[in-house]
Amino acid sequence: MAEVLVYVDHVDGAVRKPTLELLTLARRIGDPVAVALGNGAADTAAALAEHGAVKVLTDDAAEYADYLVVPKVDALQAAVEAVSPAAVLVPSSAEAKEIAARLALRIGSGIITDAVDLEAGDEGPVATQSVFAASYTTRTRVSKGTPVITVKPNSAAVEAAPAAGSVEALSVTFSDKATGTKVTGRTERESTGRPELTEAAIVVSGGRGVNGAENFGLIEALADSLGAAVGASRAAVDAGWYPHTSQVGQTGKSVSPQLYIASGISGAIQHRAGMQTSKTIVAVNKDAEAPIFDLVDYGVVGDLFEVVPQLTEEIRTRKG
Amino acid sequence: MSLRIVVTVKYVPDATGDRHFAEDLTVDRDDVDGLLSELDEYAVEQALQIADEADDAEITVLTVGPEDAKDALRKALSMGADKAIHVEDDDLHGTDAIGTSLVLAKAIEKAGYDLVVSGMASTDGTMGIVPALLAERLGVPQVTLLSEVSVEDGVVKGRRDGDSASEQLEASLPAVVSVTDQSGEARYPSFKGIMAAKKKPVESWDLSDLGLEADEVGLEGSWTKVDSATERPARTAGTIVKDEGEGGKQLAAFLAERKFV
Repeated sequence: MAEVLVYVDHVDGAVRKPTLELLTLARRIGDPVAVALGNGAADTAAALAEHGAVKVLTDDAAEYADYLVVPKVDALQAAVEAVSPAAVLVPSSAEAKEIAARLALRIGSGIITDAVDLEAGDEGPVATQSVFAASYTTRTRVSKGTPVITVKPNSAAVEAAPAAGSVEALSVTFSDKATGTKVTGRTERESTGRPELTEAAIVVSGGRGVNGAENFGLIEALADSLGAAVGASRAAVDAGWYPHTSQVGQTGKSVSPQLYIASGISGAIQHRAGMQTSKTIVAVNKDAEAPIFDLVDYGVVGDLFEVVPQLTEEIRTRKG
Repeated sequence: MSLRIVVTVKYVPDATGDRHFAEDLTVDRDDVDGLLSELDEYAVEQALQIADEADDAEITVLTVGPEDAKDALRKALSMGADKAIHVEDDDLHGTDAIGTSLVLAKAIEKAGYDLVVSGMASTDGTMGIVPALLAERLGVPQVTLLSEVSVEDGVVKGRRDGDSASEQLEASLPAVVSVTDQSGEARYPSFKGIMAAKKKPVESWDLSDLGLEADEVGLEGSWTKVDSATERPARTAGTIVKDEGEGGKQLAAFLAERKFV
C-alpha cells in the first residue's frame, strides 16, 4: 500500500487534535507516515502510533524554532524524497499552510488548502472544500505531482487504529535560505484552560450585543458550563472587548464545531464565513430580523442578559 | 538609495454580493461587483507607513487580473501609492495560486524591489499562501502574517501572532512581508488623493512582457482541478422562540434533546 505523509502539529511533543484527525483521513488513502519536527519530536510517537502511523520520522534540530517556516519546508522535502508518498497531508494552521505551499512549489505539485473532507479517487485523492462563506461546496483534486493538501480542524473523527509507529531519524540538510528569517523572541500565549477555538466541539461566541468587555464573563460562564471554547465577532474584537485570537469570521478563525452558540451576533457575511459549517447552530439575539436566525436550528429572540445566565444555570442544574 | 516597495493587491468579488462560479468552475467575476480585497488595504497602509519612515521610498502597486482590476489599483493609488502595474492577459483566466505566484514573481523582478508587501489572504480564495510562494520563488526571506512591521537600515522586523505564541521576527532586505488586519486601520483616500490618483502612471504588462508562455498559467497550466462546485443547500428552517421569561430554559431543553447537555 502507498504511504501518505502527515505533517505533525505538536507543542513540545504533545500532538494537537487536528493531526490525529489527519491520520484518520490519511488511512483512507494509504499507510500514514508522520513527520514530527522540533523540540519533543520523538515524544509524539506514542500518540501517532495509537492513531495509525506506521512510521514516525523525527528531527529535533534547533533551526525549526529559531527560524521561520523554511527549515520545516526543507525537512518535509527530505521526507518526500525519502518516502515518495501518494500524498502529503498538513493541518490547516496558518504556519502549516505556508509550509505546505512552499513544499508544493518545490516538488512541482499542486496544492489544495482548507479541505473539509478527503477520499481516495481514481485520479488521486479528492478534497471537499467549503467556499464563498460556505455557500458552495467544491470537489477538487491535484492534477500535477504529489498532492499536497491542507485539512481544516474538525474535518474527521479521531479514531484509534494502533500501528507500529516506529521512530526513524529524518536526515535533513538545510538550504541556504533556511536561516533567512530569524525568530528573535517568542512569548507563549497564556492558556485560558479552555479548548482551542478551531478544535473545540462546542463554541460559544459573543458579539456587539454583549456590549462591553466586562460582560464577556457571561459568555465565558456559558462556555465553561459546556466545556466550550469562547469566540467573538469582529465587532466585539474591534471594540476591544475580546482578543483577536478569538475572532470568528472571514478575517479571523474559521470554526466547524458540533455546536455553535451565537449571542448578540447579528450574523453578517463576515461572521457567517467563519461558522456556517457548524453542525448545530443556535442563537440568542434581541432582533428577530437578525440574519443569524436564517442559519439556526434553534433561536431565542430575547435579551441575552436574561437568556444566557438562565441557560447557563439550567445547564449546570441538568449536569448536576 | 530609494526603498522600492511593491504591494501586491487583488481585485475580488464583493463578499456581501451573491458570489458564484462560472460554467468552467472558475470564480464568476462578471456578475458581481468587484473591489480591492479589504485585506490588501492593510498592505497598502503598512507600505505607506514604511515609506513615510524611510528617507526616500517609492510604492508600486501590482495586480494580476481582468480589465476591471484597474479599480483596485486606482483605490491603492488614491490611498497614496506612487504608481501601478496591471498584468492582464486573456490567457490568465483560471490561474491558480501557484500560477499567480509565478506571474507576480516575474512582475516583481521586472519592476525591481527591496520589499514586497502583501495582505494575509484574499477575501475570495482565502488560501493565504501567495506571500509564502512569492518568497520561495524570489529566493528571499519570508516575514509573514505580521501584526506590527517596521523597516530600518535594510532590516525588516515584525511581530507574528500565532496560535500558541507571539513571535518577533527579523530579516534582511530584500524580503516578502505580509500583514494582518491587526496591523492598523487602513486610511480612507482623501479627495486630493482621489484626484491625484487619476494622474498617476498605470503600466499594463502581458505574459510576453514577463517572458511567460500561455501554458504556464491559466486553467491549462493549473496544477489543481475543480471537478464540481455545488451550491450548499439552505439550512432547514429552525425553531425560533420569543423569550417570555423561559427562553434560557427552552434553549437548554433543546441542547439536552440534541445530547449536548
